[in-house]
Amino acid sequence: MSLLTTNYLTPTGREEAWRFTPLKRLRGLHDGTAEISLRSSLIVKELLPSGVSFVREELPPLATSDDIIIERIRGNSPEVAHLSISANTELEAPIHLGRLTGALDSAELSRVRISLGAHAVATVVVENTGDTILAEDLEISLAPGSSLTFITLQEFESKSVYAARHHAVIDRDAVFKSVTVTVGGDVVRILPTVEFIAPGGSAELLGVYFATAGQFFEHRMHVDHAVPKAKSRVNFKGALSGRDAHTVWIGDVLIRAVAEGTDTYELNRNLLLSDGARADSVPNLEIETGEIVGAGHASTTGRFDDEQLFYLMSRGIALEDARRLVVRGFFNEIVIEIGIEAIQERLMNRIDFELERAGA
Amino acid sequence: MSTLEIRNLHVSVNTENGAVEILKGVDLTIKSGETHAIMGPNGSGKSTLAYSIAGHPKYAIVEGSVTLDGADVLEMTVDERARAGLFLAMQYPVEVPGVSVSNFLRTAATALRGEAPKLRTWVAEVKEAMESLNMDPAFASRNVNEGFSGGEKKRHEIVQLELLRPKIAILDETDSGLDVDALRIVSEGVNRAKENNNLGVLLITHYTRILKYIKPDFVHVFANGHIVEEGGADLADKLEANGYADYVSK
Ligand SMILES: Nc1ncnc2c1ncn2[C@@H]1O[C@H](COP(=O)(O)OP(=O)(O)OP(=O)(O)O)[C@@H](O)[C@H]1O
Ligand SMILES: [Mg+2]
Repeated sequence: MSLLTTNYLTPTGREEAWRFTPLKRLRGLHDGTAEISLRSSLIVKELLPSGVSFVREELPPLATSDDIIIERIRGNSPEVAHLSISANTELEAPIHLGRLTGALDSAELSRVRISLGAHAVATVVVENTGDTILAEDLEISLAPGSSLTFITLQEFESKSVYAARHHAVIDRDAVFKSVTVTVGGDVVRILPTVEFIAPGGSAELLGVYFATAGQFFEHRMHVDHAVPKAKSRVNFKGALSGRDAHTVWIGDVLIRAVAEGTDTYELNRNLLLSDGARADSVPNLEIETGEIVGAGHASTTGRFDDEQLFYLMSRGIALEDARRLVVRGFFNEIVIEIGIEAIQERLMNRIDFELERAGA
Repeated sequence: MSTLEIRNLHVSVNTENGAVEILKGVDLTIKSGETHAIMGPNGSGKSTLAYSIAGHPKYAIVEGSVTLDGADVLEMTVDERARAGLFLAMQYPVEVPGVSVSNFLRTAATALRGEAPKLRTWVAEVKEAMESLNMDPAFASRNVNEGFSGGEKKRHEIVQLELLRPKIAILDETDSGLDVDALRIVSEGVNRAKENNNLGVLLITHYTRILKYIKPDFVHVFANGHIVEEGGADLADKLEANGYADYVSK
């Protein structure tokens, strides 16, 4: 056990990147007061197929970060849990990573690397569960022509804190698709970030979240179009119910002057199921070149559509069933993109459960 | 044998300038097996009547009563009204994103029948209902009304009418937006429901052409929030020839 070094610039909450986050509830991850354990909770849940390895090794970071928590993680240990999928390996079945039991009286600082060799094709699922205080620097490296579907499920227990960056570095013609699901935890703050390093890549960042009373879930996207001819799509949908349920969605998309031929669209929709909940939604598109295919954003926050409920109820469907249908329908578009039946089913049931528990 | 009785119904909507009364004393009785046509100018309150009976939250009942076989409909929630045997085919059916037609129909049938229909017979039942309305069974996997054409939405309403087997159905301009073939197909659907379930029908329309297929027993002229004249099928022809000028000035 050791304490974090404290020679970092501790955020005060006034910084743009921290203005929504309840710093006091981060359990000392941001200011160095957290007690660090040597836990290393990420595990592979089944035998790995050939062409795939999972080892702990020392690796330098893939990309720089200006996030204070990521810096602290990197300062703590050079060791990375590395899932590597070799070039030309095409996996049909998803790889499932999970978590060993954590603890709430100390924090884990985790570094993870997922790398795909050229033309590799894989789906990786990370199931984040249990009681834990976890800060994570997760980097994804996609070699030319590779394709990764990356699914993370934040199904933590109610006192957990998770602060992470999920950063993908996308090489030529590589395809990255992520589905970020956040339904459990006290404070979850994820930075899904993407950086294109050669033309022809594409990134699709999808997400669903459901916050109930007292929960804080923040998803802060950053998509950096630093090369020509890359495509990005962002679509996050969230529901909130209960007093002080709070979600934050930030969609920073930067199209640099060199990024001609960029095609990007970002979308965030929030469904407020009760009073006392708050959804912050901030799309932010910075465009430094006019030579693009398309760039747009949309953000909506609304309540149940009375017309939809009326229509369903006019066919005999009781109010709570009608609400369940509408909420499931709202999330369906993203959930089906997970493409793994068992997880989709579990997630929909979780959504039903949250809705029921919220009494919305 | 069922009877829907509307007595002295006054209904208002809330606007920026306070409540505005739209229905000003509607009296109408519809019995099983009967077909009542309501015709009247735009904005006269026909849809307001339909929605008020179905229980749309936008409308406030100011005065009067609606009963189904003596039971107070106005006291019922929207879903209770449907379970009591009322059905509204809407002028503008609502899109419900992410909810498939098959899931929707099955949930509705389960609610109305009190138990989930047996899967095997249900699939066949849905297929038959859709085919009889000339809807590709592929619609079952699409989201409710989402991206449906105007006519497809209307046919989907009548598919529901056939599957859900209400006692009394209100059809609000179901014929609007239908091509000539669809008009005949939809009318046949309504007539089947009349035959099979002795359905009582309140048919709101602007055109006499649907009345060639669905023969009305009574025609009511609706103007300025109430019924201003009643007659037989021939009244519809008179309206088509002369318009509503006589009634609007009253
Ligand atoms: N929120 C509102 N504010 C003001 N007026 C309203 C509001 N809602 C409905 N109305 C008015 O109520 C009247 C009756 O509308 P309704 O839809 O019942 O007419 P309708 O007879 O069905 O007409 P159409 O033949 O065009 O379908 C209309 O004049 C309409 O403008
Ligand atoms: Mg109308």
